[in-house]
Amino acid sequence: MIQYVIRRLLASIPVLLGILVVVFLLARLIPGDACKAMLGEKATAEACERFNRANGLDKPVINCIASVRPLRLGGCLVNPFETQFFIYAGNLLQGDFGQSIRFSRPVTIILAERLPTTIELSLAALTIAIVVGIPLGVISAVKHNSPADVATMIGANIGVSMPVFWLGLMLAYLFSVVLGLLPPSGRITAGMASAPFYDVWGWAVDAATPRYKVLEFFANLYLLNSLVTGQWEVLRDVLRHLILPAAALATIPLAIIARMTRSSLLDVLGQDYVRAAKAKGVPRAAVVLKHAFRNALLPVVTIIGLSLGSLLGGAVLTETVFGLAGVGRILFEAITARDYPIIQAFTLVIAVGYVGINLLVDLSYTYLDPRIRLK
Amino acid sequence: MATAAPAPRLLSAEGLSDRPVSLWRTTWRRLFQRRSAIVGLTILIALVLTAIFAPWIAPYDPTDDLIGDEPVEARQPPCIHLLGCPADQPQHLMGIDSNVRDLFSRVVYGTRYSLVIGFTAVGFAVVVGTLLGALAGMLGGTIDNVIMRVMDVLLAFPALLLAIAIVAVLGPGLTNALLAIGIVSIPIYARVMRASVLSTREMDFVSASRALGEGTLGILFRVVLPNAMTPLIVVATLGIATAILDAAALSFLGLGAQPPTPEWGSMLGKDRNQVFTAPHLVFFPGLAIMLTVLSFNLLGDGLRDALDPRLGRKGTKLGEA
Repeated sequence: MIQYVIRRLLASIPVLLGILVVVFLLARLIPGDACKAMLGEKATAEACERFNRANGLDKPVINCIASVRPLRLGGCLVNPFETQFFIYAGNLLQGDFGQSIRFSRPVTIILAERLPTTIELSLAALTIAIVVGIPLGVISAVKHNSPADVATMIGANIGVSMPVFWLGLMLAYLFSVVLGLLPPSGRITAGMASAPFYDVWGWAVDAATPRYKVLEFFANLYLLNSLVTGQWEVLRDVLRHLILPAAALATIPLAIIARMTRSSLLDVLGQDYVRAAKAKGVPRAAVVLKHAFRNALLPVVTIIGLSLGSLLGGAVLTETVFGLAGVGRILFEAITARDYPIIQAFTLVIAVGYVGINLLVDLSYTYLDPRIRLK
Repeated sequence: MATAAPAPRLLSAEGLSDRPVSLWRTTWRRLFQRRSAIVGLTILIALVLTAIFAPWIAPYDPTDDLIGDEPVEARQPPCIHLLGCPADQPQHLMGIDSNVRDLFSRVVYGTRYSLVIGFTAVGFAVVVGTLLGALAGMLGGTIDNVIMRVMDVLLAFPALLLAIAIVAVLGPGLTNALLAIGIVSIPIYARVMRASVLSTREMDFVSASRALGEGTLGILFRVVLPNAMTPLIVVATLGIATAILDAAALSFLGLGAQPPTPEWGSMLGKDRNQVFTAPHLVFFPGLAIMLTVLSFNLLGDGLRDALDPRLGRKGTKLGEA
């Protein structure tokens, strides 16, 4: 098992390196230069030179390639490790993502601020999708061809075809304008603040240390933070803000999970051992839940892992619709502002997280089906 | 939905039928036994007809405003005579948009964009992906490794985010959005094709054609490719649904089709702030996207069942959902 994990981690190194290169090059390939984007179109050559030097943009991108777009050769260095790519990769290995050009702040602290929004949203959506999707699928399979089954499957087909951004807007219209039940946007009501747990517990934290960034990351998971510190008002408010975006984002994975649970369970229910269990008089509910369900879970877990990717893509749209300052929004803004460090850091984090999730999914197979030996 | 499809009739009354059973004819027959597939196909045909006959269906020009032509205001809600809208007012089935244009006409013309986007993006991805997958599968070794590792890297990014990044590189616009979505979906087809090649490569009929003197390319195009068509068609049909959805998302974010192009995603994106005052501006384009995507999804599911010979007998198996 541990051997397998190690081998898988090693095997993902080429992919991770590839991701690193792609992320780095994509950021450089975006047209327009950072200086003009930051200092304005009328920035003088000297000002730009100073700006580029300050941000390390005067160095060749890779040895002998001065810039990628437009492709300019030249700028061969005696020491190839002084190129932008190697400086970037080297800093990265030391946990340094660089400074945001636009905000003049370390990217890590921006990650600690923005990542939690998206994680909270995605996890909430995934929870809804699983908690609603799996029971729907089970009911559909057990009551095969009943009106409930047909309705669920029609709903699931419509669900997978739903544009997230449209659903989000429609939900916002229905629940905040027509019914006036929930707030249409934002993460928390203006004026209300979620006091970070380290303040509540009176921890002395130095804002310059990496520890602060880690604590800040967890404090920005508002649900978790308000839960552990007992700020019930805040918790209620955050939840009310979270419901609509999470519901919108959950639709597609929910539909996929319900469909997969249904077809997988139908498959398993037709197996001989299920018939044997029925024959020996095991109650129907126990047959479904104990004998069949666990065996039907395997493809469902795979599909849950896979849908996390589309969840992240959907998060960009959901954040735009609901005005949430998450990963999607900042990436989008960073691309327009040529904020290379931000683009690099956030795409890298997402891609690495995605690779990690796939590994977790593979590992969960052994738990769900002991017959599978990971080699 | 669960009607058990009868097995293809190999035996006629006199014994073996003299006519070979055609895969396509069987597939068509099976397809029409599935209610969801029929629904999908019907919607799709209606959409294709709408796209072709858009100039005759749409009462107004999709990009021309009505200022001075009619007594209408921007963002006026739908006025349908049948539903009690006074007959002296001009009829606008889906209302008026922010630029005083007839929304119905724009939605009708939008069908053209969505269908073209879906087919082109997926067509591009299928051609490139199939070639890469076939090369990887046929040649094996280092080439296989390199191609598939590059595909792994592409798959490591959530599709929509990668598409956003590619559009950022290429610049916003409908063509670039198309290209981005095409590039992002290449790995899927490469994988499907490679898997098919790997499984067909070792078949006896492939060895037979090799023994008959067929070269690698000939085997690829005349023997392996036709056998890989089945999964490709299914994946591509479902892929069109995703492509349309992603293209609409890119346009929604302002990266795809630009106004005044009557593209659904861009119509939605441009008027999304009006949702609280004029929800019809958001409702109808979104509904159109959903219907289009739904039709491809239903058709893709139906095709998957119809093309899978294992499903013929049991009727209720995987994927019937």
